[in-house]
Amino acid sequence: MTRTAALALGDDALVLSHRLGEWAGHAPVLEEEVALANIALDLLGQARTLLSMAGDEDELAYLREERAFTNTQLTEQPNGDFAHTIARQLYFSVYQHLLYAQLAAGNGPFAPLAAKAVKETAYHRDHAEHWTLRLGDGTEESHRRMQHALDALWRYTGELFEPVEGVAVDWAALREDWLTLVGGTLREATLTLPQGPQGDAWTAGAGRQGIHTEPFGRMLAEMQHLHRSHPGASW
Amino acid sequence: MVTTVPEEELRALAGAVPDPELPVVSLAELGVLRDVRRTGPGRVEVDLTPTYTGCPAIEAMAADVRRVLRERGVAEVTVRTVLSPPWSTDDISAEGRRKLAESGIAPPRPAGHRAGPVAVALGPTRTAESQQDPVRCPHCGSPDTTLLSRFSSTACKALRRCDRCREPFDHFKEL
Repeated sequence: MTRTAALALGDDALVLSHRLGEWAGHAPVLEEEVALANIALDLLGQARTLLSMAGDEDELAYLREERAFTNTQLTEQPNGDFAHTIARQLYFSVYQHLLYAQLAAGNGPFAPLAAKAVKETAYHRDHAEHWTLRLGDGTEESHRRMQHALDALWRYTGELFEPVEGVAVDWAALREDWLTLVGGTLREATLTLPQGPQGDAWTAGAGRQGIHTEPFGRMLAEMQHLHRSHPGASW
Repeated sequence: MVTTVPEEELRALAGAVPDPELPVVSLAELGVLRDVRRTGPGRVEVDLTPTYTGCPAIEAMAADVRRVLRERGVAEVTVRTVLSPPWSTDDISAEGRRKLAESGIAPPRPAGHRAGPVAVALGPTRTAESQQDPVRCPHCGSPDTTLLSRFSSTACKALRRCDRCREPFDHFKEL
């Protein structure tokens, strides 16, 4: 039970960390490059701790096939333009901050990590909320792109609140708090909370069951190819 | 000699190891050395806690601690990474803060600045710092400084600029 849970939370952190790392060398400004890499590093540290609770971290990260990954589909979505990355960060960092806060308040196996990570994700959330505000209430172009990104990623948000066996949190409260916080930020940013369903027949809970979107396979190929081509290689 | 070094001395040795990324402060001053204990003849166990979960410096710290204790005659040194209780910037000693400031890094304010949920009040004034306890420029001491980025050269620092002397500087952000 703990293994399933550690994999789900660990895969979310690992996959999003890799996506954010893809910005290295491509971010709009140097400060943002450093910020995204720092957030990726925090997530990677969390992933290492979580995957180590489930087994050998390297084997789990580098030698599993796509269908064995249980991350949510939101975390694997391509970076897109900067607005897409920020929308993904807003949806995920608010969720992860609330999730870790609940886990840290409990006494389960994830409490020690959550107590540490909740402080890190508070900064990730801060970063995403400020950018959402700036892009939403910025120029007409940044507003249009930000709203487009929020709408495009909305259907992947329902899965975040599908209960994970072994993760002892109040999922209904989590969802309610998330909607309040994300809704409040979007209002301030002159953006609209998307109204469509937060999942459809094939996205709801699919990532947690190992069913992923098409870009994920290519991401994994890049993430794993060095380790698979040179087994046991070290610096 | 091999097993007669007192634990306090071993603790002092391990604690004096400089932080690999901020060598002006020692591991003891940074508050990341949690315990040094003898577990048997020639065997010592050390507990380190990372500043951030993903801090890559922890491995260099562990290697440095192993080295200095082995040089003092301990045959077997085991370094464990402990997460609980989570490290806080409040764990940095007064001496550590003084050294950070001296080397141009604004030391963290009390971690209460980050306690509880993130403020949801958004708006143009949201980045304004509390006027009671502003981050001061480590170069000229001015309280008028601007946040440039929440993330800087390492995970634990933010990048700011002084509005008076115009120098950019790192701020060890509250955690």
